[in-house]
Amino acid sequence: MFYREAGDFKTSYRLDSQTFPIKFDRLRFYAVLAIAYGVIPFFVNDYWASAVLVPFLIYSIAAIGLNVLVGYAGQVSLGTGGFMAVGAYAVYKLMTAFPEVSVFIHVLLAGGITAVVGVLFGLPSLRIKGFYLAVATLAAQFFLVWLFNKVPWFYNYSASGQINAPDRTVFGVFVTGAQTSATAKYLFCLVMLTIVALIARNLTRGTIGRKWMAIRDMDIAAEIIGVNPLTTKISAFAVSSFFVGIAGALFFAVYLGAAEVGEAFGIQKSFLILFMVIIGGLGSIFGSFAGAAFLVLLPVLLKNVLVGTLGWPTDLAAHIELMIVGALIVIFLIAEPHGLAQLWRVAKEKLRLWPFPH
Amino acid sequence: MPDQLLFALEVTANGLMAGVMYSLVALGFVLIFKASGIFNYSQGVLALFAALTLVGIQEGQVPFAHLINAVTGLHVTEFGWKVPALLAILLTALVMVGLAIIIEKLVLKHLVNQEPIILFMATIGMAYFLEGFGDVMWGADIKTLDVGLPQGINETLESVTDKALGYGFFVDNLDIVATVVAVMLVTALTLFSQYSKQGRALRAVADDHQAALSVGISLRFIWVLVWSIAGFVALVAGIMWGSKSGVQFSLSLIALKALPVLMLGGFTSIPGAIVGGLIIGVGEKLFEFFAGPLIGGATENWFAYVLALVFLVFRPQGLFGEKIIERV
Repeated sequence: MFYREAGDFKTSYRLDSQTFPIKFDRLRFYAVLAIAYGVIPFFVNDYWASAVLVPFLIYSIAAIGLNVLVGYAGQVSLGTGGFMAVGAYAVYKLMTAFPEVSVFIHVLLAGGITAVVGVLFGLPSLRIKGFYLAVATLAAQFFLVWLFNKVPWFYNYSASGQINAPDRTVFGVFVTGAQTSATAKYLFCLVMLTIVALIARNLTRGTIGRKWMAIRDMDIAAEIIGVNPLTTKISAFAVSSFFVGIAGALFFAVYLGAAEVGEAFGIQKSFLILFMVIIGGLGSIFGSFAGAAFLVLLPVLLKNVLVGTLGWPTDLAAHIELMIVGALIVIFLIAEPHGLAQLWRVAKEKLRLWPFPH
Repeated sequence: MPDQLLFALEVTANGLMAGVMYSLVALGFVLIFKASGIFNYSQGVLALFAALTLVGIQEGQVPFAHLINAVTGLHVTEFGWKVPALLAILLTALVMVGLAIIIEKLVLKHLVNQEPIILFMATIGMAYFLEGFGDVMWGADIKTLDVGLPQGINETLESVTDKALGYGFFVDNLDIVATVVAVMLVTALTLFSQYSKQGRALRAVADDHQAALSVGISLRFIWVLVWSIAGFVALVAGIMWGSKSGVQFSLSLIALKALPVLMLGGFTSIPGAIVGGLIIGVGEKLFEFFAGPLIGGATENWFAYVLALVFLVFRPQGLFGEKIIERV
């Protein structure tokens, strides 16, 4: 009754091709936007921003990026951490080299630089497929991290080898550096996420998204019906790296403030984001959000329960947390291999029939 | 002979030995991939878990001591006995078999017919779980593992090469033992899969699941068998790596080093794992030796992956992998 494709008549092409053609989806989208922009900023404090909200927003961007590559184009990548590092170091170099330009532009440019690097490492995907490709992308991960560690130009010859985000403003409000308020961090990331999510949503339902999916489902068949594998695979790598680069830039500049490449963008990060994509659901924008939320909230929750409530030592709690996360991932894959997005699809099916299920 | 060449030769010899160690881990991967098509990321953590268990049993540690202490407020740490190395290894092998059965019962059974990426993710989940489990069970501190393997420089080799070439080669005894063990292991595995009944069944499953099922081979038994063997290989790898550099978390990262080895050799080939390991071992040592000083060192972190990447562009199925035939 609530969720219906039928009966929602469109009278113009513009209405017919809007981002959310179904009324329920559209209302839900506006409601989420209203809450995210109109309610949460007034209640956000430092703990919530740094422990939950900002990481959630940034990981969502990264998960959307990876989902474009793995979920839509079917090219498994384990190099996400390395690409995030490219974004972070690109934004750092830009911020220190051109302090007068808005950081907003810098973050977008950092995404663009990452896209170029992503295309470079995506080229072998034309020859290498499946798990061979997954392992090949590890080359990107390890080589990039090594590069940022070893070439002093990237960290401006600082003695510690770390990069530190300088203070920068957008419209006179600090968004990076030590003086940034929780609300500013939250809103800056939220704006980026909104842009990224809208781009991703519209790309994936258009021509290019259909080409990606054709390549994913069977690349040879897609090639025969006229999908060019070169441009399709490369565009997937470019778009995915663009988003991941933005996420990396935000992760360093807004969230961490100071970063050491091996620690912040190691192989663990690649796996974490791949988990988000898988748990959320391959080939679903909503799934990227759900997966990011799940894996950001879970450790916070476990830590609060184990250390806060039960009073166990932190190292023991960290190990138990690893066990629980691992076990949950396995349980999840067994119970719902299509991820959290599938739960939403089931819910929609129920809404369609409610209140008269057959 | 000029010094540079002698150094290079020594580096090559050490690279070969390091390559054998990589091959040991890669073997476990290949076995499981061949028999079940699962890309088992947890192989490295299996090695870590095996090594932790071995040390724990040997030293008579109380399992879950940390957890027990935290929950009950007791202070238990050790039973106060030491178990001889051989018995401890046997017990650990039993634990690994038990683990294989549990993995099959709890995880793999439910994931039959899923897509490869889902299975891959499940093994990463297992890796996380086992890592935490191993730490909770035996404690996370760095442990030394000593099962009586010879260690240190091989003096015979040094004096022989010193007499013959005027320069003594430095080769670790442990690496030589590892090489011998690896050769024995590969021989045993090859004999097993070629001549024993279970080995044949295993190859049949690897070839075609459904055909194997239809002639009455139990898929579940084969999976338990294959994971037990992989657990045993992990135990061997864990002993070697643990004796070399101590039992600690970084042990599980050697799994990542084994991946380019697999890619070079091909995911489905046991000889490929060995040859790939040797190429990677020698390649990264020589590259570090010649190019490392020029570009800042620590090239071992990525050289193997880049080498594998470049190689695969020219031969996508690896050295010995089955030719990839695609049709619509």
